[in-house]
Amino acid sequence: MHPAPSVILFTTFSGLGFGLLVFLGLGLPAVTGTVAFVFYAIAYALAVGGLLASTFHLGRPERAWRALTQWKTSWLSREGVCAVAALIVMALYAFGAVFLDSHWTLLGWTGAGLSLATVFTTSMIYTQLKAIPRWNMELTPAVFLSFSLAGGALLAGAEDLAPWLLAIAGAVQLAYWAKGDRALETSGTNLGTATGLGGRGAVRAFEPPHTGSNYLLREFVHVVGRKHAQKLRIIAFVLGFALPLLLILTPVQGFAVKHLLAALAVLSHLAGVAVSRWLFFAQAEHVVGLYYGKR
Amino acid sequence: MTELPAKTDRKMGLVIDLDTCVGCHACVISCKGWNTENYGAPLSDQEPYGGDPSGTFLNRVHSYEVQPEHGHAQLIHFPKSCLHCEDAPCVTVCPTGASYKRVEDGIVLVNEDHCIGCGLCAWSCPYGARELDLAEGVMKKCTLCVDRIYNENLPEIDRTPSCVRTCPAGARHFGDLGDPDSDVSKLVAERGGMDLMPEMGTKPVNKYLPPRPKDRIEDQIDILAPLLAPVAEEPQGFLAWLDKALDKLPGQSSGGAN
Amino acid sequence: MKFQQPRVDTSPPVSDEVRKTTCYMCACRCGINVHMKDGKVAYIEGNRDHPVNKGVLCAKGSAGIMQVNAPSRLRAPLKRVGPRGSGEFREISWDEAISTAVGWLNELHETAPQKLAFFTGRDQSQSFTSFWAQNFGTPNYAAHGGFCSVNMATAGIYTMGGAFWEFGQPDWEHTKLFMLFGVAEDHDSNPIKMGIGKIKKRGARVIGVNPIRSGYNAVADDWVGITPGTDGLFILSLVHVLMKAGKIDLDYLSRYTNAPVLINAAEGPDNGLFLRDDDGKMLVIDRNTGKLTPFDQPGVRPDLTAVYERDGVTHRPVFHLMAERYLSPDYAPEAIADKCGIPATRIRAIAGELARVAFDEAFELDVEWTDFRGETHSKMTGRPVSMHAMRGVSAHANGFQTCRALHVLQILLGTVEVPGGFRFKPPYPKPVEAHPTPHGDRRPGRPLDGPHLGFPRGPDDLLLDENGNPQRIDKAFTWENPMSAHGLMHMVISNAHAGDPYKIDTLFMYMANMSWNSSMNTKGVMEMLSARNDDGGYMIPHIIYSDAYSSEMVAYADLILPDTTYLERHDCISLLDRPICEADAAADAIRWPVIEPDRDVRGFQSVLIELANRMSLPGFTNADGSPKWKDYADYIVNHERKPGIGPLAGFRGENGDKEGRGEVNPDQLNRYIENGGFYVAHIPQGADYYKPWNAAYQDWAVGMGIYDSPQPYLFQLYVEPMRKFQLAAEGHGNRQPPDHLRQRLKAVMDPLPIWYETDQQGNEGFTVNALTQRPMAMYHSWGTQNAWLRQLHGRNPLYVPTRLMREHGLQDGDWAKVSSPHGSITVPVMEMAALNENTVWTWNAIGKRKGAWALEQDAPEATKGFLLNHLIHELLPPKGDGMRWANSDPITGQAAWFDLKVKIEKAAAPDGLQESQPAFPAQQSPVGTGPEELKWKVGK
Repeated sequence: MHPAPSVILFTTFSGLGFGLLVFLGLGLPAVTGTVAFVFYAIAYALAVGGLLASTFHLGRPERAWRALTQWKTSWLSREGVCAVAALIVMALYAFGAVFLDSHWTLLGWTGAGLSLATVFTTSMIYTQLKAIPRWNMELTPAVFLSFSLAGGALLAGAEDLAPWLLAIAGAVQLAYWAKGDRALETSGTNLGTATGLGGRGAVRAFEPPHTGSNYLLREFVHVVGRKHAQKLRIIAFVLGFALPLLLILTPVQGFAVKHLLAALAVLSHLAGVAVSRWLFFAQAEHVVGLYYGKR
Repeated sequence: MTELPAKTDRKMGLVIDLDTCVGCHACVISCKGWNTENYGAPLSDQEPYGGDPSGTFLNRVHSYEVQPEHGHAQLIHFPKSCLHCEDAPCVTVCPTGASYKRVEDGIVLVNEDHCIGCGLCAWSCPYGARELDLAEGVMKKCTLCVDRIYNENLPEIDRTPSCVRTCPAGARHFGDLGDPDSDVSKLVAERGGMDLMPEMGTKPVNKYLPPRPKDRIEDQIDILAPLLAPVAEEPQGFLAWLDKALDKLPGQSSGGAN
Repeated sequence: MKFQQPRVDTSPPVSDEVRKTTCYMCACRCGINVHMKDGKVAYIEGNRDHPVNKGVLCAKGSAGIMQVNAPSRLRAPLKRVGPRGSGEFREISWDEAISTAVGWLNELHETAPQKLAFFTGRDQSQSFTSFWAQNFGTPNYAAHGGFCSVNMATAGIYTMGGAFWEFGQPDWEHTKLFMLFGVAEDHDSNPIKMGIGKIKKRGARVIGVNPIRSGYNAVADDWVGITPGTDGLFILSLVHVLMKAGKIDLDYLSRYTNAPVLINAAEGPDNGLFLRDDDGKMLVIDRNTGKLTPFDQPGVRPDLTAVYERDGVTHRPVFHLMAERYLSPDYAPEAIADKCGIPATRIRAIAGELARVAFDEAFELDVEWTDFRGETHSKMTGRPVSMHAMRGVSAHANGFQTCRALHVLQILLGTVEVPGGFRFKPPYPKPVEAHPTPHGDRRPGRPLDGPHLGFPRGPDDLLLDENGNPQRIDKAFTWENPMSAHGLMHMVISNAHAGDPYKIDTLFMYMANMSWNSSMNTKGVMEMLSARNDDGGYMIPHIIYSDAYSSEMVAYADLILPDTTYLERHDCISLLDRPICEADAAADAIRWPVIEPDRDVRGFQSVLIELANRMSLPGFTNADGSPKWKDYADYIVNHERKPGIGPLAGFRGENGDKEGRGEVNPDQLNRYIENGGFYVAHIPQGADYYKPWNAAYQDWAVGMGIYDSPQPYLFQLYVEPMRKFQLAAEGHGNRQPPDHLRQRLKAVMDPLPIWYETDQQGNEGFTVNALTQRPMAMYHSWGTQNAWLRQLHGRNPLYVPTRLMREHGLQDGDWAKVSSPHGSITVPVMEMAALNENTVWTWNAIGKRKGAWALEQDAPEATKGFLLNHLIHELLPPKGDGMRWANSDPITGQAAWFDLKVKIEKAAAPDGLQESQPAFPAQQSPVGTGPEELKWKVGK
């Protein structure tokens, strides 16, 4: 799949933003006043910024509101509905925390649930696609949820939970890569089934239908070199999980240093997740590539 | 409405004969011509005279080489457009309801006024049947020429998709695949029509007729060889045979001067 | 809840009006329905009523709309201002353009008409352009047949009075075995596709003989991946097996062919010619009486075996000679299998299948007919084997004899003009005797004494002057290529540049991209077109060119006469020319301006009429000096070749109710338009098979004006005119060939089909066959500037068989250097498994020169695309004898571009530019370049 910056930014930032909202909704930390304002500003900047980024890949962004209508069938629509609901509920909750110094627990829990649901629905947009075997796995929601929670915990400064969640996310990431690398093969789809000609012999794509490019090739066929991918995976894993873990587990003295390290951990995690997301798209093989002799 | 209808009255679709398609691209261009002028936005082309020409096409003809275990490699031309699946993932993923499957004939369409161009339907389609038009920003796909097949401004015989009407080799057939007695259903039954990527569970309506077995003439040598038994080994013997054979022809009396 | 969905208007208006005309996207000439909206072309589809395409339409046809809006369309007459080849022009008025042309041409007409060389390429008005050239008085006229498929046409005419191509077709209704030789695509493109579809539907077998398994060969049930240039040997091996098994149609051979005709065995000037009576009629032995008799007498049963003794000499029939030759073990499958690259068992199996279908599946139609001997047959016997061939077997130096061999095979099986076999389309069949001989005199101010092109019956018909020098600039109809019935367009520029046989003043070309894909030795041709004398003037002083589009050739002309597109013009697809008939019907058609040009352009034929009128050319001028016609439409309606016979056969006579023959009908074009742009005259039942011998057909053809009297004839297994050239080479007769050609003439002018190696001398080390094909979506078309078609084929890799890919360590996308004795190219490669293992090929004419066709300079056609033409020379490599031997068939002069042999080696991508080599500097585009985006929709 074409690793479009808009979707990478969207899933990376909004995942982190909604992850933070989950923790804020749960009252972890139960901040109020200016501190709360800063926390919510960061969360909303990430979540809303990500959502806005996602509209850049729309052909007709001015009609984006229509995407809220098909929640009964469409995961993308459900994501939109969840996101809007989460943002509204959490806005009310934030209003209470920032201006009224109060935590409306039920509202917070609801907001946290909706935020988590938003991340889940985002992941399901990808997971549901049988045409992309590497996404069509249970591990895909696990990746999105675990990343979101780990990042949220990091940002929320949930010191107890963050190391565990980072470790889990890291493990999920490794499992996802391991399983994903075999996904196309084990999906049972190949050029033989794609053309129905597999029973006659070895099928090879000959001349493409058009010698030029087209939307399908630009959108679905992206070839990443194996070595290049391996390097990027190491970078993603180190930046996304190993380094943040190291940074927050490093015993240091002093508020400033601690916060500096925490900030570095967040930035490192963010960069790592972005790289992971790039790979999530770039390495995902759409079966339509088979028709073009590509994967 | 992105819910799939529980059942469609008919299942209109194409049957494509891979045994006959010569790969001439007539269907590709006829489709482009009709559909840029008709249903919805034009099918735009970017850099049409430039270094990287590309454009929106609703039907493209691939070609594949098949190497059987024994014998010559074969070349098979392979037209591909929307298969109008019964269980069309492109419909259910659509967030706006722009994509839908018609209840009366099963045609999968995009309501371009509602399409936001998110591309998710194209992502969900394993066949590459949908293309986002870069100029218009909306998703384009085969409409099965919905604006031809019922069009009262066309003579009845022309109420068929443009690709079918134009196909010189007659490799494309159109009809109701939900009716077991239709010509297309019979053709599919006779020729072992197949689904593409059946494992995807999309239940395509369009079917492909597999190529007939090829390069079998030498297998028949036992039947053919007796036909080739020499009448003589030498030219003189041949002429003697000829003389006798001529006698057996109707209207020829025996023996001329020699 | 009821299922909800949007309402779709399923009955939108389709168009305001449908205008029916004839396609010109290739040579197929289908009927098209042009749907108009607001006066613009909205959609093009096939015309269901049309005899050629019956409603279907190919990719090119449907893309016509992109041809009519192409940015490469020339906009106004142009006068060259930069050096030739630069593309620098200034727009001029038509007045200036016509005056300039007349200024150059009129003097030539008056003083030395041969100094005009007028050659046309994809011209579909050859009966008119040749008429113009004839009246100008120049012997130098031809179209592009010489490098296209003259072998096929000529071998067909000499052998059976008609050829494949669009001159005949398989009996698609009845055939059960269809064998295709060397056809990537053909003039008859839609009919062949329709036919293959139809016969496959009923389970008929298709056998494809072609080194490349693409297109029609891809759908063939059996593929014969033959070694290029060996088709003739393969065919003669089939002949061998079939004759040896007696699986030949003796009745057919004795009645309808010259197999029983006696050959003069006496030594002397008539040796090898037919025995004839005093009226010149061929003689046979009547098997009923044992007497010598003219072949065509009532009740005669010509005997295939009987010989005739006279004066101690035994005269044997043709069939004896055939038995002697083809029963030789030299033609046994086992003897030729390796050379052809086909296993012997496969050859035998194919022969067996031919025999089985021709004889075991023979059938009868309950139709009575009467032959030329007056015998009435109660039935028509069908032999459901049909064949078709085209350029693949034709464009070799042994192509003429190969095409002959193929026709002989068809005839031996009795499958020509019978149900289920191969059928002619009117005006064919037409024996050689009914065709003109060539004419080439030069009489200043007067017309040529007859048609330029024809079929020589012997050395007397060669176009040599009193000194034995060629009369034509292309040296057609000379000892080098005696039967060059289509001329040699590919030699014109080379000869004009060399002043050999003489210098010319003006080269006038129409729709012929000679400075690019339509020439062998492209680079050399570009240099010759722009070569200068010592005095600085061009060696070819004037070049006039007419085309509708900004092709590579435009840049090399001094004066451009911009033509219209095909929807903006009048044309006639005439029975006098290359018509669009079916086996069951004569048909012709018109084009008419369904839209008006939005540019300052004129139909070329109308411009020719204006030039003729300005020069008062005979034939174009009335006795009182006034012009006969004002434009081409006027000519189409009012010209009469013979009284009552004009360009169009339909709606003749005052009331428009006569067909074939009839007075001029001023309303004729309107009647054609009302009728869908065409006219069909059906052949009556009973006259529709056995046409060469069928009295009912012959009478019908006379009525249609195809012949002036019945012309029954025998199929010529043995071609007597060829023997006449051999006799000359043996020293007989007044006209004698130069000594260096004697041996070759004796060998190749064999009156019975032979096969000889085409391997080019001096080509050691070049062992890989290299071929080109045109893709179906661009065949015989101008596809590259077409926004839709160029997306299909915007670049062309060299297709390399798996074996050679491995041998040279190549992978898809790698570059390879491909060289011939003449030059080398560096090009991208792609693997193909379904390919003869010693053959490479590419799509022809995809590669374009930068600046041409209104494309951007980085167009893939100009960067990745390439021409194989750079590797092919119009001459063979020197043999060390000081002679310059043409790279063509020694019989017809057909350019032998499929004889190309190359060497291939892996190469680095050229210069980091990743551009195919050789690359040429850009031409300046006289029309700019096209828009950045197209959103084509003319309606609301």
